[in-house]
Amino acid sequence: MATPRSTATRLLTNRAFLAVCLLATNVAVVVLAVLLISILWQGLGSLNWNFLTHAASRKPAEAGILAPLWGSVWVCTICGLVALPLGIGTAIYLEEFARKGRFTRIVQTNIMNLAGVPSIVYGILGLTAFARMFGAFGTSAEDGGFAIGNEESLLYFKLPFGSSVLAGGLTLMLVILPIVIIATQEALRSVPKSLRSGALALGATPWQTVWGITLPAAIPGIMTGAILAMSRAIGESAPLLVVGAVLFVLNAPENLMSDFAVLPLQIFNWAGRPQDEFHAIAASAIIVQLVALLAFNGIAVFIRQKLQKPLQ
Amino acid sequence: MIVGTLAIAATFSILVTTTIVIVLARETWGFFHFPDVSVGEFFGGLEWNPLLGSEKHFGIWPLVSGTLLVTVIAASFALPIGLVTSVYLSEYASPRVRATLKPTLEILAGIPTVVYGFFALTLITPLLQKISPAFGSYNAMSAGLATGIMILPIVCSLSEDALRAVPRSLRDGALALGGTKFDVSVKVVVPAALSGIVAAFLLAISRAIGETMIVALAAGGIAQITANPTAEVQTMTAYMVQIFLGDAPATGVEYKSSYAVAAMLFAMTFVLTMVGQYILRRFREEYE
Repeated sequence: MATPRSTATRLLTNRAFLAVCLLATNVAVVVLAVLLISILWQGLGSLNWNFLTHAASRKPAEAGILAPLWGSVWVCTICGLVALPLGIGTAIYLEEFARKGRFTRIVQTNIMNLAGVPSIVYGILGLTAFARMFGAFGTSAEDGGFAIGNEESLLYFKLPFGSSVLAGGLTLMLVILPIVIIATQEALRSVPKSLRSGALALGATPWQTVWGITLPAAIPGIMTGAILAMSRAIGESAPLLVVGAVLFVLNAPENLMSDFAVLPLQIFNWAGRPQDEFHAIAASAIIVQLVALLAFNGIAVFIRQKLQKPLQ
Repeated sequence: MIVGTLAIAATFSILVTTTIVIVLARETWGFFHFPDVSVGEFFGGLEWNPLLGSEKHFGIWPLVSGTLLVTVIAASFALPIGLVTSVYLSEYASPRVRATLKPTLEILAGIPTVVYGFFALTLITPLLQKISPAFGSYNAMSAGLATGIMILPIVCSLSEDALRAVPRSLRDGALALGGTKFDVSVKVVVPAALSGIVAAFLLAISRAIGETMIVALAAGGIAQITANPTAEVQTMTAYMVQIFLGDAPATGVEYKSSYAVAAMLFAMTFVLTMVGQYILRRFREEYE
């Protein structure tokens, strides 16, 4: 301990620290405000209906985000359809069924590790495992792989997946899987033990307890986590870049095997060009992206506030 | 039956890790067998020059140094500000202030990193250039600050969780002994939550190391060893973007080198996560 100080000095330190706190806290608020204002300033001018409904173009004035917008919708839908059941299932097993032993400890540590793996590394995994399938089917449908249906039909399917919507969606699934698992585990953990004991005491099987009691009680938490994970998926671009999302595509995807672009990569492409006109439309695309994001966050906040009943 | 299916789902996460390790190891092994490459040069070489010139050099240090420079800038911005913000949120803020601050941080946390990259390129860099003409149109400082903004909400929310887990009785005790709010927060609550705070810092740092789109847009493309924040640097992730965006043939040495870089990146973030987990387990102060 330092030498005793007078009460006045200590009160002064107290005041000074509060000032530092307020200053630091305001950094986040100011940064967010500046960011939003600067993007609105740059992007509102070129944001109009045509921008949303036109295909990409080499001329910034005519360019639109139709294809990447639909690409994002396809990729995120696939990602959600696989990641949510898989992640929630994993969490239910770990929290409600698995005996706490060496295996669960390894799985748990492993999930924490997966949550820390940079997303671009998942891109490499997705490229090898989904787009190329470890080379097990050659490099294309002609060269050792196979294809069903014709390329324009909705049911067209081929192996390996190539740089397709399906490969992209599955890669994003890898990225958000640990997030979904961790969020669901936390939601399940917050359900009081007494509810489970009550159900079991009334003669319910463990599965009936989980399905009828624990899961319904944890649903608001699980949904909040799922929505936040999906909002991460919408904004993720590095892994899709590695898998081979294209930066210039005219059409929205037609089937699971279509080439695709996504909104964040379109933003990346435009932002990386030197001309100010492209920066302006990049900002417009960012506005669209942020509106989608705010809608997602809004739903999450709504669920948290309206549906979460106190259980204790 | 259902439980069996769920158990299979749980094993999937193990499969993912195993596959990552196998893929990275196999391709890196292949990379080391190219005639231009040697393991010694990769880990000891001070020159990374895979694309231009007649003589290719594959020394990882320029890329590591670029990554570390950006990370250090990001961490020196985000860690102190994030910690102080979390102390304020957990110890001082009224429920009303929290109700506005928490959503602000959540929005910041949800903003796609490519947006931060755009922000760095179109706003932070021009501002830096107004301050000093030494800053180029691509520089480590701008990318570092944007990365710092990106990790700020992570630091805040994880540290705040750790601080709030400290039981009320410790605060009451310190207040009863005549401590000011400052004494209670900084000398009692923060030390009690230290393991959680350090783990939060490590997680944020590992995020900064793996961050891709910000550095690909704002940091530039010159792989060099420098501590100068006004200089253009290339990070490990930015190099991978350059390779996967370009038309390097999938069998070429440049292409394979990106797998070796990815393996290095994976190893670095893996170690950070493991250390964080260890600290949480080993040094957690259990109360009650």
